[in-house]
Order: sequence, then C-alpha cells, then structure tokens
Amino acid sequence: MKAINEMKMNFLSRSCNESFARSAVAAFTAVLDPTVEEISDIKTAVSEAVTNCIVHGYKDGIGTVYIHVKIFEGNRISINVKDKGCGIADVKKAMEPLFTTCDTGERAGLGFSIMDSFMDKLKVRSKPGKGTSVTLEKIIVSKGK
Amino acid sequence: MPVEIDIDENIVTAYISGEIDHHNAYELRKKIDEAAERVYPELLVLDFGAVTFMDSSGIGLVMGRFKLIKDLGGRLAIENAPKSIRKVMRMAGIEKLIEKEKEGNFI
Repeated sequence: MKAINEMKMNFLSRSCNESFARSAVAAFTAVLDPTVEEISDIKTAVSEAVTNCIVHGYKDGIGTVYIHVKIFEGNRISINVKDKGCGIADVKKAMEPLFTTCDTGERAGLGFSIMDSFMDKLKVRSKPGKGTSVTLEKIIVSKGK
Repeated sequence: MPVEIDIDENIVTAYISGEIDHHNAYELRKKIDEAAERVYPELLVLDFGAVTFMDSSGIGLVMGRFKLIKDLGGRLAIENAPKSIRKVMRMAGIEKLIEKEKEGNFI
C-alpha cells in the first residue's frame, strides 16, 4: 500500500532530542485531527522507542536515530524508529513487562509494554551488532467523525 | 525549574511541572532526593498537577522515590495526576494503588 504522506528525520542520540522527536512526530500527524488522548498516546510511544535507541542501542556512545512516519488511507499511521546500535539478542525477553537491564531501579522496564498498549500494532526487529527497528501503527479516529 | 520543593515540618511536597522523560528525570530525582534525605519526612508528596507529559521514565521516578522513602521510614503519596499521566501510571499498577486509598493517596 502506498503512503499518502510521509516524513523522515535523523538526529543524534542525545537525550535532549527525545522531546523534539515525539513533538515532531505528533505535529506531523496533526493533519489527521487526532484527539488529545491520541496525540498523547503517540508522543508516549515515540518517546519510549527513541529513549530505547539512546539508552540501549547507543549505550556506548552517540549514533544516529532514524524516524520514518507514513500516513495511509483510512487514517492509519506507521512510525518506524530505528538505530544502528548494539541490537537486542533476545527480543522476546526484552519485551517482557518489567524486564530491564538497568540495575539502578530508576528504569521501569515498561517501554515496550507502553508502546504495545498505547498503539494498535508493534513490530520489533533486531540483530545484535546491527541495530534495532521498531514499527508502531495506529488508526486515528478523528474528532469530527 | 522543573520541580519546586515545599517543606512543611514532616511533609516534603515536590511540585513537578512540564515533561518527565529520560532526559530530565535525573535532575528531578536529584532535587527531590536531596530534600528527602535532608528532612527524613514522614510523607513525601509527588504532585503531578503541572505535568504535561510523562513516559515510563516517570514510572521509574515514582518507583525510585518509593524505594528511597521506604528506606527513610516514610510514606509516598501521588497527587493531582492528570488523566494522561494516570494512564501511564496504570501500566505499572501504580494507578491501582492510588485508587485504593482515595484519602491522601498513600502508597
């Protein structure tokens, strides 16, 4: 299926870009007239995906985070967030609620759970040493409909 | 300033504002912990009334403060969390705990 609109952006994996990334994606989807709750869901899911790239994918340095957003017929949006970082050896394990590699007790281990619950579809592909690609999909039920 | 700390005898209240994400969670927890470790409060209140966005970093913030205040012998309360923030908290079951004890929202 061909996208009726799309947007690509790349930025460095600096944590100050987390806010920029989620706001930019939310702004791009504004044309679909999403509700306040839908915007909030998208921002939260994107924030989780981008934070994963920064905290995990590029844990040993700074790399590039790639975001590709597509809008399809029927108000369907697809958001791909990708890094070329360390990758995940066991994706199934990483997606388990409360699983975290952080031992300070300050990270909840709920990133994938939130992405899964706040969006309609979540797809994760990863290769150790190559990077991780997360695709989030949601159908926007516009306010006026 | 993303957090204003108010100290009233045995109660430390942290009025958090703006967005809570991985980028600014560190600064927030540094300020809150500094006050809590100085006062050893009976009650630590996290006021989310002016928070406009929160991802799972906010859950980490709550869980970390819960652990700290327990170690200091006090209790934790969450107040004024907007609907979108409560939705994120629900993912960690924190929402359930707030609902259970309407009076004061102690956890």
